[in-house]
Amino acid sequence: MIRKKRLDQDKVVRILLYAIALIMIVVTLYPLWFVVIASFSDPADVVSGKVWLIPKALNFDGYKELFKQEAIWRSYGNTILYTITGTIAGLAVNLPAGYALSRKDLYGRKIINIFYLIPMFVSGGLIPTYFVVRKFGLYDSFWVMVIPFAVSTYNIIVARTFFKNNLPDSLWEAAQIDGCGTFRYFFQFVIPLSKAVIAVIALWTAVGIWNQWFNALIYIDNESLIPLQLLLRRILITNQSLLGAATGSMAQELRQLSDMMRYASIVISTLPIMCMYPFLQKYFNQGVMLGAVKE
Amino acid sequence: MLEIKKSASLYMLLLPSALLLLCFAYLPLGGLVMAFQDFTPSKGIFGSPFVGIKHFVQFFNSYQFKVTLLNTLKLSCYSIAAGFPLPIILALMCNQMRNGKFKKTFQVITYLPHFISTMVMCGLVLIFLSPSSGLFANIYRFLGGAGEFPNLMADPAAFGHVYVWSDIWQHLGWDSIIYLAALAGIDPSYYEAATMDGATTLQKIRYIDLPLLMPTAMILLIMRVGNILGIGFEKVFLLQNVQNVMASEIISTYVYKIGLQSMQYSLSTAIGLFNTVVNVVILLLVNFISKKLTESSLF
Repeated sequence: MIRKKRLDQDKVVRILLYAIALIMIVVTLYPLWFVVIASFSDPADVVSGKVWLIPKALNFDGYKELFKQEAIWRSYGNTILYTITGTIAGLAVNLPAGYALSRKDLYGRKIINIFYLIPMFVSGGLIPTYFVVRKFGLYDSFWVMVIPFAVSTYNIIVARTFFKNNLPDSLWEAAQIDGCGTFRYFFQFVIPLSKAVIAVIALWTAVGIWNQWFNALIYIDNESLIPLQLLLRRILITNQSLLGAATGSMAQELRQLSDMMRYASIVISTLPIMCMYPFLQKYFNQGVMLGAVKE
Repeated sequence: MLEIKKSASLYMLLLPSALLLLCFAYLPLGGLVMAFQDFTPSKGIFGSPFVGIKHFVQFFNSYQFKVTLLNTLKLSCYSIAAGFPLPIILALMCNQMRNGKFKKTFQVITYLPHFISTMVMCGLVLIFLSPSSGLFANIYRFLGGAGEFPNLMADPAAFGHVYVWSDIWQHLGWDSIIYLAALAGIDPSYYEAATMDGATTLQKIRYIDLPLLMPTAMILLIMRVGNILGIGFEKVFLLQNVQNVMASEIISTYVYKIGLQSMQYSLSTAIGLFNTVVNVVILLLVNFISKKLTESSLF
């Protein structure tokens, strides 16, 4: 009897579980799907709530108008450049640090660790940082998006944890006996053996830079240097039309067109990451795990 | 001396990151002196006159002090109250899924919104909540709702809900990863023994899963509470408008406004410093309490 009751309760729990999961899938995917179909539909139908599951009256005007804007191409190009150079800089700076900190024979390791940890908890804040960046002559330059904030303590910890757990001490000892120094060991052994953690850090850094806008807002004035996310701010948040002002019947049309451009701009800016993500998912997950391991 | 020489090449590997930290993390820390000066860029850090705690007093006495502090605390506490337990529940749910393919698909889908940029996320919120043409307004009308759909972005009372629930929509799945990993590490023999004793699924969750998740949960809670005044600037800033500013002006947005828009550099730095100090104190406090109560701590 008890066993029977137990099975019944478990069954109910199980059904409920899958029901909730299905609802969550719909709630998560539908808004994303809606943006995609809205971007391909007649704006009048979108506004009046006639678009629900599939695009209505296929319409590519939003994309056409968006691609006509020089600013989109330029900022898209900038973002790609920032992402590539920033990711390389991030790896070049954080991987060696992670390795050095993973070595037990690093003299003064405790103090150095503290030196790296302090910035995680305290910072000078907005204004002092702003003036320091200006003093270094980085204001309004390409490199302000790449260099000053390339160090990520979090990524260093991830790398350190990985090196500690995956590179046996005996390997370094054997290499030493063969006369291999730290640098050669790092480039010839550590790097090739650490593809997983390199992928994780590269992905994190790339996504971070792709989505970054605040630094551009405060440090970049030159129109030709602004990244995509900052242009999106004008399209999506502050509602500055890229199309200029109009009056009368034109105004209505222009408003609809800029609505379409908003949906289209979301699609083109988010698509690259969304498409790559399912294939790279395992690396992203590994990153969370590596970062979570406490020393 | 010998040890330093032996570590020389390791120091070389540390050099680039250490230099960058010195320049762009530690130098600004030194720049905090500005908070105690009447700083003007032309005179610089070394030429500006010291004024003691004038700017702190000015901030504490201002009308904005209470408003921004309260708004920050409200948003933070709401975020934690809703955003802390939900990922745990989701992980417990996910852990019960026996169908591997379904579980995997479910995870891929729930992690997906995490990769939307803050900018696009705020754009989505604004578009969807538009009272005249947004998705929510259309659903409201479709379901036969009477009258106009309320303009939530113009309503200070709604700001917290919009902020917190859009955040949960975006990050719930992702935040559960860490708990799922902890659950995956549980010895299966616990469950086998529990099944032998006739435990139900809910009992297994209550008496095996939850207690074993506690240490992980405590660490994450400490980190969140320790950052209680550091709640995401970007999203609040982007969702803020003239109508909801009463509820959406938090310390960090105020620091931005005072500093870079009204150029009161010293006052802005002082407010920022106050924020940092409170954060660190709370972090240490929570860490200490947790150490005493649960024996899990950050350091």
